[in-house]
Amino acid sequence: MTTNKIYVFKRFERFWHWSQAMLIIFMLVTGFEVHGSYSLFGFGKAVDLHTISAWMLIGLWVFAIFWHFTTGEWKQYIPTTEKIVAMVRFYSVGIFKGAPHPFRPTTLKKHNPLQRLAYLGVLLLIGPLLWLTGWFYLFYGDWQAWGVDSFLSLEWVAFFHTAGAFMMLTFLIAHVYLTTTGHTPTSHIKAMLTGWEEVD
Amino acid sequence: MLSVKKVSLSALASCAMLTVMSAFATPAQSDTASAATPQTVADTRQKSASTADHSKFKELDKQFRTGPEVTEACLICHTEAARQVQHTKHWTWESVDPKTGQKRGKKNIINNYCTSPVSNEKDCMACHAGYGWKDSSFDFTIEKNVDCLVCHDTTATYRKLPGDAGHPVYERREFPPKSGKFVDPADLKRIAQSIGKPSRSNCGSCHFFGAGANGAKHGDMDSSLQHPNKYLDVHMDEKGLNFACTTCHATSSHEVSGSRYNMAPATKGPAHIRGNPDSSPAACQSCHGDKPHPQHMSKLNQHTAKIACQTCHIPEYARNDIGTELSWDWSKATVMDEDGKPFVRKDSAGRRAFDSKKGAWVWDSYVIPEYRWLNGVSTYKVIGDKIDPGKTVQINEVGGSPDDPDSRIWPTKVHRGKQPYDTVNNTLTVQHTGGEDDTALWHNYDWQKAIRAGMKAANLPYSGKYDFVSTELTWPITHMVAPKEDALSCTQCHSKNGRLKDIQGVYMPSRDGNRLLDMAGWALALLTLIGVLIHGGIRILTSKKAG
Repeated sequence: MTTNKIYVFKRFERFWHWSQAMLIIFMLVTGFEVHGSYSLFGFGKAVDLHTISAWMLIGLWVFAIFWHFTTGEWKQYIPTTEKIVAMVRFYSVGIFKGAPHPFRPTTLKKHNPLQRLAYLGVLLLIGPLLWLTGWFYLFYGDWQAWGVDSFLSLEWVAFFHTAGAFMMLTFLIAHVYLTTTGHTPTSHIKAMLTGWEEVD
Repeated sequence: MLSVKKVSLSALASCAMLTVMSAFATPAQSDTASAATPQTVADTRQKSASTADHSKFKELDKQFRTGPEVTEACLICHTEAARQVQHTKHWTWESVDPKTGQKRGKKNIINNYCTSPVSNEKDCMACHAGYGWKDSSFDFTIEKNVDCLVCHDTTATYRKLPGDAGHPVYERREFPPKSGKFVDPADLKRIAQSIGKPSRSNCGSCHFFGAGANGAKHGDMDSSLQHPNKYLDVHMDEKGLNFACTTCHATSSHEVSGSRYNMAPATKGPAHIRGNPDSSPAACQSCHGDKPHPQHMSKLNQHTAKIACQTCHIPEYARNDIGTELSWDWSKATVMDEDGKPFVRKDSAGRRAFDSKKGAWVWDSYVIPEYRWLNGVSTYKVIGDKIDPGKTVQINEVGGSPDDPDSRIWPTKVHRGKQPYDTVNNTLTVQHTGGEDDTALWHNYDWQKAIRAGMKAANLPYSGKYDFVSTELTWPITHMVAPKEDALSCTQCHSKNGRLKDIQGVYMPSRDGNRLLDMAGWALALLTLIGVLIHGGIRILTSKKAG
């Protein structure tokens, strides 16, 4: 078997990915403390750290959105049904038999169809849910001035924010595991570190 | 520590001379105040901001025989003063709720301590800003009966004792009776010539000693506020800001601002200038505004829409060894010792615990408040109100709810007790306690006679049958503000069993959450983890087989 390498993740993309990963993990840790699941930093400190991380993540997203649109990389997340059945069959059967990966990443199509769907879900569903509820959570003191206090309740804002956090946690677990399903168990992670992905 | 022997009116005697200075000392002058002796009293007065030296007035240069004679002299110049005082609660002992119309005030309500002054005026009126209120015939229009000196004395020698209906001591006498201690008559000329603005000890002579013992009543006011340090009260700190009571309770026309009866629990907006007629000068917000924390702590400013400043900044009340009374059980009164004689007992900290005259008490120090939604409108049990003896009688019911934009979560002192009530008419009774006559409870130890006399004085029917009922009094806590370092930390409320665990109607992160969502969320994450572990396990096994 020969090994080829292709350049899939550009420098900004890798920076975006890892800083976002750290921020999200840190926000999960601090967020669930604010939620009352455990004590680590102490409530007040956890709120402060969670808030600071949120602002950093917002800043990062501003750059990421700009980057995606200026480079056209946003097209990587357009869902497709092509090879989707093959991907499901690979993860559920083929992977155990040493079958070849049905998807071969290229610079233009770096995500397999299941990745595309999952990331689109994170970007369009989980992300905005956390953003929106987090924003109202953060600016609770301004609800009256904004005129939203008549129909918003902190209880429900917190409910959906927590629900989003559980979804993000679930994504994180699956995502970390699936990084081991590349050409070799570490090839996806190496790709995200160096930009170069080993392919068959 | 002050002994509990120094009951109600011993405040003036017990306070040292240097508190005299607080009437005159501005914060910048506090250095001169700390080294006070009788000589420096005069020195400080010369440096005071006052434009008048009362010792130079010929109207005051005479021997006064009685309090009213002094007042007559005061009124020669201060022509409107008595009339002003006569409009205040300090004179009327009455307050009408502007919202409910209910007549409250000491004259009308039954409280949870000494219960009612009715039929006990000779004793209770030692704390009336007047002379001669000994029964219901007192004439509230006579100007010379206004007591100027109790608030304006700076010599700390003016004492009013129980039994004199508000008059100061005119003849040397033994007090408390049979104690071997004597109280000298007040030198009214010297006192009149030394008058000044009310100091902490003037206000404290009554307000620190309510219910007949130091600190007993309020929990956030006792004699420790005569010389407080920063830990006890960040504003009154004698070496710091050194506020007098009137610094916050700004007074106009003798009307003292800031009353439990007419609270402003939700003062909004920025800090405002003193004298603004729409403002509540005694509220924290009048100086601090409703967003008092700096920008980097702006999350705390959002709390002010729901939480009173006092909730975080008065983490405990009675923060000293004096302590405060948490319950008064009148049903234990008239219990005698083995020899059938009345007796008294103190608790381990030297505070009154039992007295055959009055019943049993429980005290504590550094008390954690009970928290309530409060909108400042309290409904009181007034004399003659019907009660339900099957329940704990609420001596006052504090209004407020989480949906009301003018309600805040407040720290309160809840004082519990047992009081006598008429079991047929279902009213709390008025009893004649003080005095040396045959019907006085503290003289004759006979409940039946005492209640009969009290009810007659209150013009209430009495069936002749009485029993005791559990009672509860709820008072907001607002004094003894701690330095910011001692304010509550976030976790003291934001936790499952925090300070506010019983407060309803507000979502508090860390305390609250949806149990179902939590179970579903953790289950989803856990199942995902188990799923990927199984998937990975099979991969490892199959790859080994293949290898």
